Amino acid sequence: MDISLQQVSYAYAKDTPFEKRALYDVDLLIPSGSYQAIIGHTGSGKSTVLQHLNALLKPTEGVIRIGGTEVVAGKKNKKLREIRQKVGIVFQFPEHQLFDETVLKDIMFGPMNFGVPEEEARQRAIELVRLLGLPEEVMEKSPFDLSGGQMRRVAIAGVLAMNPEVLVLDEPTAGLDPRGRKEIMDLFYKLHIEKGLTTILVTHSMEDAARYADRIAIMHNGRCVLQGIPKEIFSDEDRLMDYRLELPQSIKFQKKLEEMMNKKLPSLCLTEEALAEELARLLKKEREI
Amino acid sequence: MKREIISLQEVTFTYAEEDIGIRPAIQNVSYTINEGEWVAIVGHNGSGKSTLARLMNGLLFPQTGTVRIFGEPLNEHNLWDTRSKMGMVFQNPDNQFVGATVQDDVAFALENNGIPFEEMVERVHASLAKVKMSDFMNSEPHHLSGGQKQRVAIAGAIALQPSILLLDEATSMLDPQGREEVLQTVHELRKETDLTVISITHDLEEALLADRVIVMNQGEKYATGSPHEVFERGQELIDLGLDLPFAMNMSRLLRAQGVQLVADHMSEEELVNDLWTSHFNK
Repeated sequence: MDISLQQVSYAYAKDTPFEKRALYDVDLLIPSGSYQAIIGHTGSGKSTVLQHLNALLKPTEGVIRIGGTEVVAGKKNKKLREIRQKVGIVFQFPEHQLFDETVLKDIMFGPMNFGVPEEEARQRAIELVRLLGLPEEVMEKSPFDLSGGQMRRVAIAGVLAMNPEVLVLDEPTAGLDPRGRKEIMDLFYKLHIEKGLTTILVTHSMEDAARYADRIAIMHNGRCVLQGIPKEIFSDEDRLMDYRLELPQSIKFQKKLEEMMNKKLPSLCLTEEALAEELARLLKKEREI
Repeated sequence: MKREIISLQEVTFTYAEEDIGIRPAIQNVSYTINEGEWVAIVGHNGSGKSTLARLMNGLLFPQTGTVRIFGEPLNEHNLWDTRSKMGMVFQNPDNQFVGATVQDDVAFALENNGIPFEEMVERVHASLAKVKMSDFMNSEPHHLSGGQKQRVAIAGAIALQPSILLLDEATSMLDPQGREEVLQTVHELRKETDLTVISITHDLEEALLADRVIVMNQGEKYATGSPHEVFERGQELIDLGLDLPFAMNMSRLLRAQGVQLVADHMSEEELVNDLWTSHFNK
């Protein structure tokens, strides 16, 4: 499902004295099956874009296409329900939305709300509990008796239970410990590949954007100021600084090394692993000469 | 010898007192934090870090063991007095604003503590200057960036002239620049005062800045020492669900690729220098 934003602007509290423009003429094309990261400092408009992706907010100007459905400024749209089933959003701290008596019931709530029969919803929920690496005994427990990391997984399962085609992630690992962070990000990547999802990650982490995304868009003061593949985006440090962003640590380190060696590595290394390999290769070559 | 500020002795705490099947949130933990120290407490989710914070500020009391603050056992009588000496900054910058403007917000706790008006104005100005937010005195808090909000929160905390500043994952929701701003602010504050800083964090780079690191695991104190001593444990920490500082990870990855290094390096400078002297400068 392709998603496109064309000349999208948004103002909070439009036509009131409190009107505040949050987006200006945003153009963004997210091809079906791609992994798109949206980065930008706090208040840059990332989260406002995100809320447009399943029509929680509707543009005050411009057009959004989500698959075959159009959301046009100023027009009513009857197909929003369909969009909301196909585009799953994992909000920041999604565990704050847990509410049901048991973990299984909480995960089943979404699909049943959309007319999935109870037994099928239960089966999906059980599969998801396993997929997310939660211990089986939590299924009949209250979600509120779980640890923070487990609650996060239950909330994510609730979104996945809708079988979305597009998964939108807003800082999905905020507050998790390093292992939990890696496990959850790797899981999203696995789902992205195995299920052919379109994944949209809104993040502060340049490392995650570099590691996982096919494409990156930078938001700054309500505008989408730069789009491209990670290697392009991270090749211009000065520009990133203008947008109050930084390079991922591995690239910063690569630059330090290049300065010391007075020579460039063949390409920009987006992860620590890639950098270690590239360096080892270079050293081997030097020895052979 | 520096004065003791906070000391825990064989502290055990459980949230579910009646249920003996449940592992206590904190089990037999002892440590002492001295005046002027910066101590980072790290550990996986559920390791007991936040419970420790609540035990140190008297939101919770241990079932066994003692918590001593400024040498006195913490109890219901001295609780309020103690809390006024401890400034706290929490994770979510949006959850801790009460004032309509930045200066109102910083003044809030002072007003609550009955500080006379003239002195209050002085302290608000001084605190905002210390976190470099004087230019934003009349701004509305929600117009600030995350890093700026947390700096205002720090100003609010230090306006009370506390002896201790407790940062409970205060940088975890910030963008990289915001995080840098907050850590820089803490660093500067410590240069000027004898402030004791306790930071509860998942951020290993933040822990590297501390004088001492306490590692929590499943409610127990797993290790303590200088960042260097603690991170030297390498794989052990990864097994606990933690991570290593960037330079250490990089060192380990390079070795795995057959690149010889003198050691797993803690800082990027050390690693760059090692690579230079042993491989390039020949």
